[in-house]
Amino acid sequence: MDIRLEGISHSYGDFEVMRDITLHVPAGRIVCIVGPSGCGKSTLLRFIGGLERPRQGRVLQLGQAPQGCLNPLTYIFQDFALLPWRSVEGNVSLVLEDHGITGAAARAIIDDVLARTRLTDFARALPRQLSGGMKQRVAIARALAVNPAVMLMDEPLSALDSQTRELLMDDLISLWTRANFTAVYVTHNLAEAVRLGHSIVVLSRRPGQIREIVEIDMPLARRAFGDPELDLYQRRLWEMMRDEARAADSELLHG
Amino acid sequence: MAETAHAPGTSPSETARPVPFRGGGFAPRPRKWVGLAVFVALIALAEWGTRAGWISALTLPRPSDVLETFVQLYESGLLFRHLVPSLTRLIVGAAIGVGIGISLGILIGLFSHVRAGLVPLVAAIFPIPKIALLPLFVIWFGIDEASKYALIAFGTFTPMVVATYGAVDNVDRTLIRMGQSFGLSWVSIVRKIVLPGAMPGILSGLRISLAIAIILLVAAEMLGASHGIGAYILEAGSLYDLERLFAGVVILSVLGVTVSAGIGLVERRLLAWRS
Ligand SMILES: Nc1ncnc2c1ncn2[C@@H]1O[C@H](COP(=O)(O)OP(=O)(O)O)[C@@H](O)[C@H]1O
Ligand SMILES: [Mg+2]
Repeated sequence: MDIRLEGISHSYGDFEVMRDITLHVPAGRIVCIVGPSGCGKSTLLRFIGGLERPRQGRVLQLGQAPQGCLNPLTYIFQDFALLPWRSVEGNVSLVLEDHGITGAAARAIIDDVLARTRLTDFARALPRQLSGGMKQRVAIARALAVNPAVMLMDEPLSALDSQTRELLMDDLISLWTRANFTAVYVTHNLAEAVRLGHSIVVLSRRPGQIREIVEIDMPLARRAFGDPELDLYQRRLWEMMRDEARAADSELLHG
Repeated sequence: MAETAHAPGTSPSETARPVPFRGGGFAPRPRKWVGLAVFVALIALAEWGTRAGWISALTLPRPSDVLETFVQLYESGLLFRHLVPSLTRLIVGAAIGVGIGISLGILIGLFSHVRAGLVPLVAAIFPIPKIALLPLFVIWFGIDEASKYALIAFGTFTPMVVATYGAVDNVDRTLIRMGQSFGLSWVSIVRKIVLPGAMPGILSGLRISLAIAIILLVAAEMLGASHGIGAYILEAGSLYDLERLFAGVVILSVLGVTVSAGIGLVERRLLAWRS
């Protein structure tokens, strides 16, 4: 399933957040969105997932979601958004229950996604017993359980330390290599963007506009930590963003 | 002051002192027996004072006499004649008040219109001393049990509403967003995310409401009750029978401690997920 954004503009009251964003997210590819903080990345992702409506423009889904897809547009949140009173498997089963999947059918799905995220041994643990990286893997397992057509990830690794982030990037790459899901991946971390993005959309500071789209052809599985070619891409992106980030950083937050 | 960092032992000329510890306190830790020890010490002090004579019998009854009164109360079967009607009033009244309070609190938390309509009303009736309305309840519900239930229900209702909608307001919005993003139905979001998330606040509201219920029980039994702990205490009070007065007060205290321990038990069960 493809996603197309057509002329999205938005403001909160008089506070303009983004301007005329048109973008195509092709099926089976990961599109990274980078930009200085406050430029409207999270807002844009909420529009794509239908959690909020833009003032202008529209978000279109092209094509059918694959068979067995329970929730075509599925989020992974920066702060994990796990229910603290449910165990790991309870958090996964939460999103199945509403589709009437319980008992053996749910068991099979839960076992599968926990195995894919290497969490089988922690099925009965509560979120507070888990490290940050594990919590995010639970959130990924929960997302995989509904067999999404498009994954919407809002800075999924930003709350984690850098080693954990490396490990989880490898996990995401191997998951993508198996399933070839479509993803919109929001981050402010350029290293993540060049490792995971088939294309990287650079937004300007608020009001967010698309400044440039950088395509990286290297297959995800070949992108390694410290690859010189990726470093070049990363440097190019940083040069594009530096002045924007500096300007964004010295703006007052609105009240 | 040395400019460079020395490895240990490389600068023997300077005297080594341990860094003073200054991080203590401000961290309450359970000390189970201290509370009991305070009780025992106070009672022993009263016993000693009344026996030695530096506390006069008119000031404070002798603890051993209070115990004796209590034993008599138990052996004559009167204890349960008083306890059963009181507990019934407490349970029925509190169940009505807490039930309505939690339900309305949840509705206020979930629906803007209900909130706009009811929050000012709740704010208006919260500060009314419910005891002042007792005559009104007697007119409305009669002198029998119903007016006593109504008083206790009304008194537990207001703190329960306020605690419940505050608790619903405090439920982590990102969890609700998460539920919506997975396409959970409204009912599922309320049942599986909002209610469990509000449970800590609801239970601490319950703790306060039930304490208020015990206070109001005595007030409710001031009027037209021949049996009940409150009636027993009031009768003893009007006769200046301090032993019986204190025996009644001890029963109320024990009731309060029991209720509080019960809620603690429920909290440990339902809120085991919090650390
Ligand atoms: N619901 C809202 N109401 C008002 N302002 C908002 C709201 N959501 C976001 N904003 C503002 O819009 C701007 C963009 O926010 P966001 O999309 O979170 O940025 P980013 O994720 O790129 O850091 C920020 O300045 C933020 O304060
Ligand atoms: Mg954001």
